Amino acid sequence: MEEWKKHKQPMRRQDPHVRARNFDEVALGYTEEEAVQEAERCLACKKSPCVEACPVEIDILGFIELVQQRDFLGAARKIKEKNALPAICGRVCPQEDQCEELCVLGKKFEPVSIGRLERFVADWEAANTETLAPERPAPTGKRVAVVGSGPAGLTVAADLANLGHSVTIFEAFHKAGGVLVYGIPEFRLPKAIVQREVEFVKSLGVELRLNYLVGRTITVDELLAQGYQAVFIAVGAGLPYFMNIPGENYNGVYSANEFLTRSNLMKAYRFPEYDTPIKRGKRVAVVGGGNVAMDSARTALRLGAEHVYNVYRRSRQEMPAREEEIENAIEEGIDIRFLTNPTRILGDGKGWVLAIECIKMRLGEPDQSGRRRPVPIEGSEHTIDVDVVIMAIGNGANPLLPSTTPGLETNKWGNIVADEDTGKTSMEGVYAGGDIVTGAATVISAMGAARRSARAIHDYLMTSRK
Amino acid sequence: MFVVETPRIARKSKPGQFLVVRVDERGERIPLTIADSDAEKGIITLVIQEVGKSTIRMGVLREGDTLLDLVGPLGKPSHIDYFGKVVLVGGGIGIAPIYPVVKAMKYAGNSVVSIIGARTKELLFWEDKVKEFSDELLVTTDDGSCGHKGFVTDAVREVVSREPQVDLVVAIGPVIMMKAVAEVTRGPAIQTIVSLNPIMVDATGMCGGCRVTVGDRTKFACVDGPEFDGHLVDFDELMRRRKMYVDEEKTALQKCRLNHVATQHTFRAEHKG
Ligand SMILES: Cc1cc2nc3c(=O)[nH]c(=O)nc-3n(C[C@H](O)[C@H](O)[C@H](O)COP(=O)(O)OP(=O)(O)OC[C@H]3O[C@@H](n4cnc5c(N)ncnc54)[C@H](O)[C@@H]3O)c2cc1C
Ligand SMILES: Cc1cc2nc3c(=O)[nH]c(=O)nc-3n(C[C@H](O)[C@H](O)[C@H](O)COP(=O)(O)OP(=O)(O)OC[C@H]3O[C@@H](n4cnc5c(N)ncnc54)[C@H](O)[C@@H]3O)c2cc1C
Ligand code: FES
Repeated sequence: MEEWKKHKQPMRRQDPHVRARNFDEVALGYTEEEAVQEAERCLACKKSPCVEACPVEIDILGFIELVQQRDFLGAARKIKEKNALPAICGRVCPQEDQCEELCVLGKKFEPVSIGRLERFVADWEAANTETLAPERPAPTGKRVAVVGSGPAGLTVAADLANLGHSVTIFEAFHKAGGVLVYGIPEFRLPKAIVQREVEFVKSLGVELRLNYLVGRTITVDELLAQGYQAVFIAVGAGLPYFMNIPGENYNGVYSANEFLTRSNLMKAYRFPEYDTPIKRGKRVAVVGGGNVAMDSARTALRLGAEHVYNVYRRSRQEMPAREEEIENAIEEGIDIRFLTNPTRILGDGKGWVLAIECIKMRLGEPDQSGRRRPVPIEGSEHTIDVDVVIMAIGNGANPLLPSTTPGLETNKWGNIVADEDTGKTSMEGVYAGGDIVTGAATVISAMGAARRSARAIHDYLMTSRK
Repeated sequence: MFVVETPRIARKSKPGQFLVVRVDERGERIPLTIADSDAEKGIITLVIQEVGKSTIRMGVLREGDTLLDLVGPLGKPSHIDYFGKVVLVGGGIGIAPIYPVVKAMKYAGNSVVSIIGARTKELLFWEDKVKEFSDELLVTTDDGSCGHKGFVTDAVREVVSREPQVDLVVAIGPVIMMKAVAEVTRGPAIQTIVSLNPIMVDATGMCGGCRVTVGDRTKFACVDGPEFDGHLVDFDELMRRRKMYVDEEKTALQKCRLNHVATQHTFRAEHKG
């Protein structure tokens, strides 16, 4: 095989030293030439194992062949048959655990860069065409309420609107997009892209009601009583976990949700031009190993930190963050301390963080998740001086909506119990999908669940007598 | 003071609840107690103390202006029930949020002793409104310019020692005041509810910025509260956490070149949707 075919066509990125101090997007995307060349690497396997590994079964070979033929618009359309948000997924999907993991070329060499091609095609379409709203189908007269405007809510709303139903999204925040706007930072997912997708969903006739906290402003039962024949709940996994170690309430300790919401949604990175403040730590420790931890660490760096530690209790191999983001973070100078776990946070006597005490870990027997369980090494305690600590150890289900919806069954973690194929919950006409059902997962899995549920909701609406 | 047209919040609002306001595109989300509401007219009343950039900015709004974002009602409503004899304390700006509690406790059949106080006469408000639903009203000012000279805690101490039985105390106001009231009632073991005002962002339970320690457990004030058992609250931690952004707040204030004298206006702002 020719040498160039063995490796991924690299994607241009901002220089690590420069980008570590700005919030502009890190990855710059492929040019047309680069995209075509990368597409040429595809072996066009008949069985296309990549498609099986895609949670929404995009016709990957089909779109890559169109790229080879320089029919970029056709390629975009091909992807959109299955995935309404390719510009987003191309940027944030964990491709190395999905399509690219099973790529046959990847067995010996590097897999085809399917994610980068998806991104290229979506960006090309946005830059070169007017997004036309598809023709509106004949109205069915059925009304659906969608709670939450993250990837799951937006997907279900678009699908149901395309089937002729009248859809209203109720969103607690003052901006639509869920984690895509409050969690994932600008330098990884420009907000203009999210805004474009939200506008597209609105152009399908979907009504967006912001500042509605369902459970408080209005309840699910009231929505049903007001004439919505079905409700889809997509409120995400918005409850931040803390470690319950001493010192977690000192000033300077944040949940990743708070830190990222201040910076991304409230634009605290542009304080005082924007009103919301954020602590710009000089020495910052971020606890956790997922995308949330990477995003927090890299945001802290861009806010001007001199040194950012990432404390993670397992090893690099177990890190759940996207591979590309781990590489980016290391390149930017994030100091990742593997096999290290905080034991307490030390204060300065006036209530502010002074240091974080950690213990070294080693990997023991595998736990339920199949990953080897980290075990503390006695006597290995040490402290790291920091002035800001960010806890990014996971998010659970916010109990607000379930607790105000009698009859809605949840499991012991507080997630809504819903059928995997249809999203049907214990309440008639009420469906759920995304992180609120699965626990914190991925954009694409939330979209996949929403898409399946849209079909089930459509069937329900067209057959129920209500 | 603001009267805001917002039928969807007015319809659901209960005593003890609050909302979050964002004045304009660059504004922060600030929590404010719903001091009064009228479901039929679709209006609510907010009373605001101008302490920093966002509240000063609200102070310069005029009749008919629009608030960009308004979400609510938030937080758990006050526990309103028949307790018997209740003492309801509002200090400073806390007079506004104690008012709906006074009203509701009276409707629930309680014997209501209300205590309101401020630094000086000019900062007192709503004496008449509070009085209307109280069996007894005590007024205090730090400088003695109106009512008894002293703090509301002095009045609480007096009532507690004079009354043979007090079944419940609710205190809303500056943290230091709530702490002091809780100290007064701790000895006689009178159940005491306080309404906490930590710094908040979303106020929907998704950030944990509002966390407070209550009886050795961490709670999110925006969804688990804002009302908690005053004898279990770590007030010192709350005071500390409220000071997290003092430096930034000064910067923000300097940037906002508002040549403004603190006043109270009554006017109407509406918000869309
Ligand atoms: C920092 C961060 C980085 C991530 N990075 C990646 C990544 O790189 N790749 C990836 O695939 N996944 C990533 N994820 C995970 C991914 O974002 C989520 O799995 C996905 O967003 C879930 O979608 P959702 O629609 O279920 O919920 P969400 O996106 O959480 O949206 C839920 C929406 O519902 C609203 N809501 C909540 N409660 C109510 C209520 N009571 N009433 C009305 N509205 C309500 C919320 O405000 C929110 O807008 C990341 C997550 C975070 C936090
Ligand atoms: C549940 C609740 C109900 C409240 N009700 C009222 C009310 O009815 N009337 C009223 O005048 N005030 C009320 N407050 C306080 C009010 O939210 C703050 O005074 C306001 O946010 C200050 O903003 P600023 O920009 O004007 O001042 P800043 O200069 O930003 O801050 C002044 C002080 O206010 C506090 N503060 C700052 N930002 C916030 C925030 N986002 N959330 C909470 N506190 C903050 C801090 O302790 C700070 O030191 C309430 C707070 C809470 C939590
Ligand atoms: S303000 Fe964010 S959880 Fe309470």
